Amino acid sequence: MRHWLSRLPGFFPPLLVFLAALGLWEAIVRVAAIPPYILPAPSLIVATLYNDRAILFPALWITVEITFGAFLAATLGGVLLALCFARWPWAERCFLPFAIILQVTPIVAIAPLLVIYLDADSAVLTCAFLVAFFPILANTSLGLAATDRMLVDLFTFYGASRSQMLWWLRWPSGLPYFLGGLRIGGGLALIGAIVAELAAGAAGKGAGLAFRITEAGYRLNIPRMFAGLTLISLTGITIFFLLSAVSRLLLRHWHESARSSER
Amino acid sequence: MMQNEPARILVSLRDVSKVYRNGTEALRDISFEVRQGECVTLLGPSGCGKSTVLRLIAGLDPVSSGVLTHERGETVGPDSRCDMGFVFQEPALMPWANVFDNVFLPLRLIGQRRKETRSKIEAILAQVGLSDFQKAYPNQLSGGQRMRVSIARALVRDPALLLLDEPFAALDEITRFRLNDDLLRLRETFGTTFVFITHSIYESVYLSSRILVMAAAPGRIVEEIAIDASLERDENFRLGETYLAYCRKVTRALEYASGARV
Ligand SMILES: Nc1ncnc2c1ncn2[C@@H]1O[C@H](COP(=O)(O)OP(=O)(O)OP(=O)(O)O)[C@@H](O)[C@H]1O
Ligand SMILES: [Mg+2]
Repeated sequence: MRHWLSRLPGFFPPLLVFLAALGLWEAIVRVAAIPPYILPAPSLIVATLYNDRAILFPALWITVEITFGAFLAATLGGVLLALCFARWPWAERCFLPFAIILQVTPIVAIAPLLVIYLDADSAVLTCAFLVAFFPILANTSLGLAATDRMLVDLFTFYGASRSQMLWWLRWPSGLPYFLGGLRIGGGLALIGAIVAELAAGAAGKGAGLAFRITEAGYRLNIPRMFAGLTLISLTGITIFFLLSAVSRLLLRHWHESARSSER
Repeated sequence: MMQNEPARILVSLRDVSKVYRNGTEALRDISFEVRQGECVTLLGPSGCGKSTVLRLIAGLDPVSSGVLTHERGETVGPDSRCDMGFVFQEPALMPWANVFDNVFLPLRLIGQRRKETRSKIEAILAQVGLSDFQKAYPNQLSGGQRMRVSIARALVRDPALLLLDEPFAALDEITRFRLNDDLLRLRETFGTTFVFITHSIYESVYLSSRILVMAAAPGRIVEEIAIDASLERDENFRLGETYLAYCRKVTRALEYASGARV
């Protein structure tokens, strides 16, 4: 006999846990009469989301815009560079170390410098780009290199040209890796944007969500901080689900990662 | 049925040796020729270098010493191998492409269009019994069905020389018999030439015009058994005395080859 929870649709159990936690939170805040500047109840956070919408949603839009722009640039840059690496192996030997150095240096430490050298908007964009770029590059590179030997033999045997080999063999077989890189890069782009906003402060037009959160912190407006945090978190979740959906759609016919439903 | 003057030589190996980069001596001084219309079978214990011979003929690996020539000259460049087909030991299908597109690949690589070749590919798929699976992806097929896709792919360019590395190992006996007869028919109608690897003595006698028995470490040819070409290959042949006599002979040679290893 299977547990009744396991018969529900997949998203249901976590949703249940989440709602229970919210309820508990709400109850504790009410019963213990915790003041909102220490811990706001979920209901207050929702109310704040609504009341402060004129401040929060434009800020969300700015952050989303930057995240999206940086993610797009990172995807383009990462894929192009990975293709170059695949085509000219010496390029990989020359440039990969620098990509790694950029990657292992914490972005929080680079952000203040970027803010000095660039105007605030480009600094934030660059920052988000830098963190999203590397996983996409690395995964795509790995994918392009991880081609089945048998298939390489097959293509060689039938006289495939270099570009046929790249587009009809290495690219499709690297696709799952590339999509994995996208999922990581999407999440990191948001983190990069937030970190850079924190470093950049209010300069430029960039009053993004992170700025609004610090600002609310200075004013001890704790409910607004939570409301901002909720929006950031929802943005991250949305990015993750969108990219997962794209990945499942593209791989549905053949890759194990997209075949969870039929067994 | 057979011609008086000997048929032209498609592939010839003279004292060909192969040492892999890790030092494994896979082949030592292999010499044989494949003439048009023949079916040459390589038979021998596992690891004796049968697949290596095919890879050399296919131009996938360079020979270490000796001379390997195709009809048109040395095996180099894609030119000399444009009318060969290869069935690898594993199906080697592209998992992201359906059955039709997998079979279409060799034609696609020489710039043919899907539309122009549709009927041809459908005919070949029918021949290997996969008409209902055109749209299926490799992970929806059984091992034997995958192998048949691989065979269909090897046939799609009408190769003059077909290299087959244990193509039927994963198939049930009945499908196996049917595909054996299909190969014989190809040979009769188009004069297709085969270099064939199998572990089945019975299959080798049924299909071959010549059987090369190999021994391992280093891989070499220890015996050559010609099967009378004038024999009709059909059910009667499979049940007759001559067939059994050949099978016994090949078995003995194979036993010798397997023993010669130690
Ligand atoms: N790429 C390689 N690098 C090094 N050694 C190899 C390589 N490929 C094959 N060998 C070695 O060469 C020898 C012959 O291998 P091969 O695959 O030709 O055997 P085979 O006769 O086809 O065996 P089987 O019947 O099991 O398929 C083996 O000892 C094997 O270990
Ligand atoms: Mg083999």
